[in-house]
Amino acid sequence: MRTDTADLERPASAPAFQQLGLGRKIKNHTATVLFGLAFVIAVVPLLWVLFTLVQRGLAPMLNAEWWNHSFYGLLPNDSGGGVYHALVGTLEQTLVCALIAVPLGVTVGIFLIEYGRNSKLARTTTFMVDILSGLPSIVAGLFIYALWITTFGFDRSGFAVSLSLVLLMLPVVVRVTETMLTIVPDELREASYALGVPKWKTILKVVLPTSFSGIITGIILGLARVMGETAPLLILVGYSRAINYNLFEGPMASLPLTVYTARKTSTEAGEYRMWGAALTLVLLIMLINLLATLLSKLFAVKTR
Amino acid sequence: MAKRLDINDLNLYYNKFHAVQDVTLQVHARSVTAFIGPSGCGKSTVLRALNRMHEVIPGSRVEGSVLLDGEDVYAPGVDPVQVRRTIGMVFQRANPFPTMSIRDNVVAGLKLAGVKDKKRLEEITEHSLRGANLWEEVKDRLNKPGGGLSGGQQQRLCIARAIAVQPDVLLMDEPCSALDPISTLAIEDLIAELKKDYTIVIVTHNMQQAARVSDQTAFFNLPEVGQPGQLVEIGETGKIFSNPSQKATEGYISGRFG
Repeated sequence: MRTDTADLERPASAPAFQQLGLGRKIKNHTATVLFGLAFVIAVVPLLWVLFTLVQRGLAPMLNAEWWNHSFYGLLPNDSGGGVYHALVGTLEQTLVCALIAVPLGVTVGIFLIEYGRNSKLARTTTFMVDILSGLPSIVAGLFIYALWITTFGFDRSGFAVSLSLVLLMLPVVVRVTETMLTIVPDELREASYALGVPKWKTILKVVLPTSFSGIITGIILGLARVMGETAPLLILVGYSRAINYNLFEGPMASLPLTVYTARKTSTEAGEYRMWGAALTLVLLIMLINLLATLLSKLFAVKTR
Repeated sequence: MAKRLDINDLNLYYNKFHAVQDVTLQVHARSVTAFIGPSGCGKSTVLRALNRMHEVIPGSRVEGSVLLDGEDVYAPGVDPVQVRRTIGMVFQRANPFPTMSIRDNVVAGLKLAGVKDKKRLEEITEHSLRGANLWEEVKDRLNKPGGGLSGGQQQRLCIARAIAVQPDVLLMDEPCSALDPISTLAIEDLIAELKKDYTIVIVTHNMQQAARVSDQTAFFNLPEVGQPGQLVEIGETGKIFSNPSQKATEGYISGRFG
């Protein structure tokens, strides 16, 4: 018998793990570069927009006057003034919109999931809500104009704007409520029923609190979305350079409308107002998104 | 407290599907009745029919009667909410309310029924948690969320929640199927304790468990796929496991099928 050490050290089969072949390496790198590039292409315009906005809109915002004055009495070439009037308008119009759309939308969502699940009425409603969520905002404006102003005979006003925003926000709220309620496991509802808790109380005290964080986030994001709507505003309310607190009477400014109107003033001051109002609007929406994140964390279901 | 159940000619349906056929059996007060049988034989469906949880599922239908000490829970005019307050239920998967603290979970049934007396709630919290053998483990963190407990603790929390409303009957739908052996043992010990005050019906896939905890055992089977489940036999647990009268029972228990 002969012992050959070299023989013993030779592996019985090829190693399971081998170096990457050239083909794989090339594919690997190509994929990495492509995905990286796609990311850059997507992000660049976003940053660009933000950069432009800040570059041109920051200067007016640094003035205290910007936050507590209107453009009332300013001539096209006068600099100064502020967007207080527009802030008031935007906040009032969206707040009233939310006051109408949120209770209505949440109730409809509860009905669809908790009461009408799979019924014909619920399916039809869901379908209608889907259609409504694709409604162009200018059409929402036209509809309210036809209904509120032509048929009912009211004047153009901030409230008409609120109504048209309701049309745009309602499907968002319904959808969000539906989605969040669907996520709540049936086991929780059954646990509550099994304790002898009636259905309405189960919904109010078990189902809604469990999904509250998601619903509130969705609502606030919907609110941020309608805040920037412009088309219905052009139809339903006149622009005013003065402060108007009254939703039901007279022309009323808002941030999108201010941007639109200032653009028509082709002076340096006009440009200053336009970019300032634009950045203010973006900032407002950003703040609201931040608030949504905060609230969703605050109401999130905790495990410790 | 602790009442008898008489189930007569119970037929259960999901839409057109006939799930359970002609079940007649008695559940004795202050004892444990185990339902065993292969998956899909309808034992959970029967259990859920006992406190009218079956009808929560859309399209479901019930025929026959379930008498709680002679009172039909399916009689016209009987409020299912009332029935469920009297006949409590523990589910397969522990399902504490995620938004509530441990304390609020225990007294959820009472609080949602409008009980506001703080002192009474406090007493019931401790009493129920002690009853569920959970008090010592959670007494220092009653304000923490119930979702932070371990699986076995969560299941005992659910039992505490079920007994806090002081039902006459406690239904348990495979309460240990998601638990490890130690938590299972804890729950089985608990069932032995609870039996003194409650009538208990337990569905289980674990035949040793049925043999360990129950006084009488009901064996359900499916004659053929697609046919409704049936009650094959019911009897004293000792007899069912040592000397069953039906061939199918013997086959199932000895592990020849199922």
